[in-house]
Amino acid sequence: MLDAAPAKKPLVEVRGLKMHFPITAGLFRRQVGAVKAVDGVSFDIHEGETLGVVGESGCGKSTCGRAVLRLYDITEGTIRIDGRDIGQVPQASLRQMRPTMQMVFQDPQASLNPRMTVQSIIQEPLDEHTKMSKAEKREKVFQLMDAVGLNRRFAGRYPHAFSGGQRQRIGIARALALNPKFIVCDEPIAALDVSIQAQVVNLLEDLQKEFGLTYLFISHDLSMVRHIATRVAVMYLGKIVELSPREALYAEPLHPYTEALLSAVPEPDPVLHDTAERIILTGDVPSPANPPKGCNFCTRCPRVMDICRDIDPDYREVRPGRYVACHLYNETQDQTAGTTAAPVEEQEHPTRRVK
Amino acid sequence: MAETAPTVLDVRDLKTVFRTRSGEVHAVNSVSFDLKAGELLGVVGESGSGKSVTMMSLLGLLPMPPAEIRSGEVLLDGVDLLKADARTLRAVRGGKVGFVFQDPMTSLNPTFSVGFQLREPLRKHMGMSKKAANDRAVELLELVGIPDARERLKDYPHQFSGGMRQRVMIAIALACDPKVLIADEPTTALDVTIQAQILELMADLQSRLGMAVIWITHDLGVIAGIADRVLVMYGGQIVEQAPVRELFANPRHPYTAALLKTVPKVSGEREARLTIIEGQPPMLTAHPTACPFRDRCAHAFDRCERENPARYTVGDGHDAACFKAESGDVMPEAAHA
Amino acid sequence: MLTYAIRRLLLSIPTLLFIALVIFLLLELAPGDPMAQVPLTVPDEVKARMREALGLGRPWPVRFGLWLYQFFWVEPMVFLDWLTNSSFLFGWLPDTSFSAGMDRVISWQTRGPVMDLVVQRLPQTLWVVGMSYVVGVLIALPIGILSAYRQYSVFDNVGTFVSMVGYSIPPFFSGVLVIVIFSVQLGWLPSIYDTTHVVTDWASFKVQVQQMILPVMVLALQTTAQLSRFMRASMLDNLGQDYVRTARAKGMTEWVVVLTHVLRNSMIPVVTVIALGIPAIFGGAIITEQVFKVNGIGQLLITQIQANDLPTVQTLTFIFAVLIVMFNLIADLLYGILDPRIRYD
Repeated sequence: MLDAAPAKKPLVEVRGLKMHFPITAGLFRRQVGAVKAVDGVSFDIHEGETLGVVGESGCGKSTCGRAVLRLYDITEGTIRIDGRDIGQVPQASLRQMRPTMQMVFQDPQASLNPRMTVQSIIQEPLDEHTKMSKAEKREKVFQLMDAVGLNRRFAGRYPHAFSGGQRQRIGIARALALNPKFIVCDEPIAALDVSIQAQVVNLLEDLQKEFGLTYLFISHDLSMVRHIATRVAVMYLGKIVELSPREALYAEPLHPYTEALLSAVPEPDPVLHDTAERIILTGDVPSPANPPKGCNFCTRCPRVMDICRDIDPDYREVRPGRYVACHLYNETQDQTAGTTAAPVEEQEHPTRRVK
Repeated sequence: MAETAPTVLDVRDLKTVFRTRSGEVHAVNSVSFDLKAGELLGVVGESGSGKSVTMMSLLGLLPMPPAEIRSGEVLLDGVDLLKADARTLRAVRGGKVGFVFQDPMTSLNPTFSVGFQLREPLRKHMGMSKKAANDRAVELLELVGIPDARERLKDYPHQFSGGMRQRVMIAIALACDPKVLIADEPTTALDVTIQAQILELMADLQSRLGMAVIWITHDLGVIAGIADRVLVMYGGQIVEQAPVRELFANPRHPYTAALLKTVPKVSGEREARLTIIEGQPPMLTAHPTACPFRDRCAHAFDRCERENPARYTVGDGHDAACFKAESGDVMPEAAHA
Repeated sequence: MLTYAIRRLLLSIPTLLFIALVIFLLLELAPGDPMAQVPLTVPDEVKARMREALGLGRPWPVRFGLWLYQFFWVEPMVFLDWLTNSSFLFGWLPDTSFSAGMDRVISWQTRGPVMDLVVQRLPQTLWVVGMSYVVGVLIALPIGILSAYRQYSVFDNVGTFVSMVGYSIPPFFSGVLVIVIFSVQLGWLPSIYDTTHVVTDWASFKVQVQQMILPVMVLALQTTAQLSRFMRASMLDNLGQDYVRTARAKGMTEWVVVLTHVLRNSMIPVVTVIALGIPAIFGGAIITEQVFKVNGIGQLLITQIQANDLPTVQTLTFIFAVLIVMFNLIADLLYGILDPRIRYD
């Protein structure tokens, strides 16, 4: 098992990544604030592993994935992919790096040009980045279609002739065309039916083994991430609150948000439903334009303490391989951490635990 | 669920087709089911399985054309809604039957205040004055857990968060004390922590108000937590019906069994590899004369090509539309339960 | 909203100045001589002195600056004086004479102030073109709504055909066509619009209505064709929305569903399109005014272009530009007022 994440060399190193979108107002469009979509995120992705990024909508997981590939000009931070620093490099010189890093998008309908045939969609990156002959390209497209399980006979068809799952296969074939090392999968199965999701996930796993790929797998589906990811990062309001190896995270979530998130997932098991205790968070996620003072989660946290409303907890390694940003795990709190962590005062939002 | 509860809704042999340029689509084929007072009936299926179209057909909410209801009876309190005139149907919609739809973002009119949209059914079905409707609207918003209800009446839908908007939709659906609430994927567009809030709210509302609920979803997890009884739909037909625990413990249709295995879980044993259902859902371009699942079924045999199986009773309140169920064979998949 | 409006107004100043310059330079480059219509018997040196008198001797930046000064400073002063001296509303204020001794924008053709010409011509244009716009809108909206609600019905198909005709037949053809049918063949209606006609009693009112019918019909056909298509498209967009299903599921009648829920949403883009069309009313319908001999603004523009009356053409064109910029802003603000989701700040 790869669960312990042995000391392989990281393919992707992200440090202090920030992606702020300015808010302007007034007569002269002065900047009055910023939507802190991604606000200081650090992680490594080792070669051949899958880092799952989970979180609710608006937590910044998709922005994070796009920022890592420099689809945005980032506000702050460093990104190293395959030993090259791409954080502040101008877009033009990124072009030659692009073949190494690719993306699979959520909506296979919107991300495929409806006026192009499957052949030309998959071939386009080859036209842009290689000097292959026409016949070579054709052969490569056929190989890619075989790899993702599309019938070669359909090469001349247009995307609308395919079902959602098949369209996602086309998107994956296009991402694979330039033999990338690193692929960001942004909610690749969210738009698909349950029985088709499993097909696409299995395909992604097969391709990973076959081509030695490294994935950043962004999803809101915690059970699917548990299946595919080696390690999992949980994001809340632009920050990673917890990053742990998969087994550890699902067996014993450290951050109160991770715990609540996992408990909110409805399990396809009626018996479990009747017996398991569930944590139901109250309220909504605050706006990333106006995050609360202190810890971002303090407004909904069932175990909130005084310090949480004041000081933003550091993101640090609290156990080997497990990174958490929570005051419950600070040195001073170590005695209570992980057990009952008695809240210091009466909670503002009493979180119900229901059976 | 008490077996003696009276039946509020009885649907028999419902057939709905869509006429399109490339021919007819048989979206719903001979669907029959009933709904008992106070129960929560879950309807599971993938997109195109006919689950939403079935429910929209009941009250004539499908655009006709292209939709056409070929046959069937929909008995609500003894009245056949398919034969009812427009006025009777309108009195039922929003009156005896409330609806909650999938996307609370688009299902509320963006240019009218929430108060206006809540008062509409109250004034129409209950004949309330504007003031009375306003007071009732405040009550309803409080019922679904929206703070500062009176102030929020004049707000527009976009001023509410996704979860709050779905609460507003629920309040509208409950406005006239319906006997039946039809919820079409009400939590699919929501985040999981918000979904947990809405599921809890619904369970609470149902125990307090006692209406019968039809809950349409593709999420087996949601069904497991909330339903009393489940219908599984595939290819425009009901392929299996069972009480919820029975369904998850002892699925008798190969599709149900495969679907249960294909979904990963967040707890318990992690599957090294997901079980998949090969192939694609059927196109439904012709009247089905064979089992719709035969091309993807691991147990298909020659009879499945020739005949569309009827729903065979396999247990107490449990039936499955599979020839294997008729002969009493136990699904190999079911063995793990 | 207010900040947004002020910001847009401020931004429109450089835009308008640039437009003014472009118009001025285009007219400057255009071939043509304001003395072309002076009889050939007039000696050349007299013509040269006449040009001198019109200020043509000075370099163009000076003349452009002068025009700007006259348009933006002198004419408003004249307007203020008029307000305090003889207007109904502010006539009680002490008379002012801010504009005394100032040179106004003078037409080379009439040798009178351009603004006086505009004030003379505007009422005819507003009556005929404005009325046809109102008629067009009033006809177009119900047609659009019904066409969308009964998409692909006989009514919708007829509507599509009629608007195709409205789109594709130019007013110089349809204008002449209706004159041939209704005035020449049937003799029901006059073919010429008499501007000197004064409404005093019922009979003269009937004459006024009769002479307006043909030009209004021709112009309204175009408005109707455009707007009914737009209304139809907007209704169709909204009829497929989820909230329509919600309204039906609440048991609302089709009348309420369509005319309350769908209509309000569909009107948002349509209202802005209507607002954007208003400057065109002031611009007059150049061709239709010619055909029916309505001496409105459009006709004025044509004759003054032919006469090389640059100050008049410059001023008129610029007024149109101001109106277009203004109504663009108004359309945007209307959008913000009608659609609660849009906030300008």
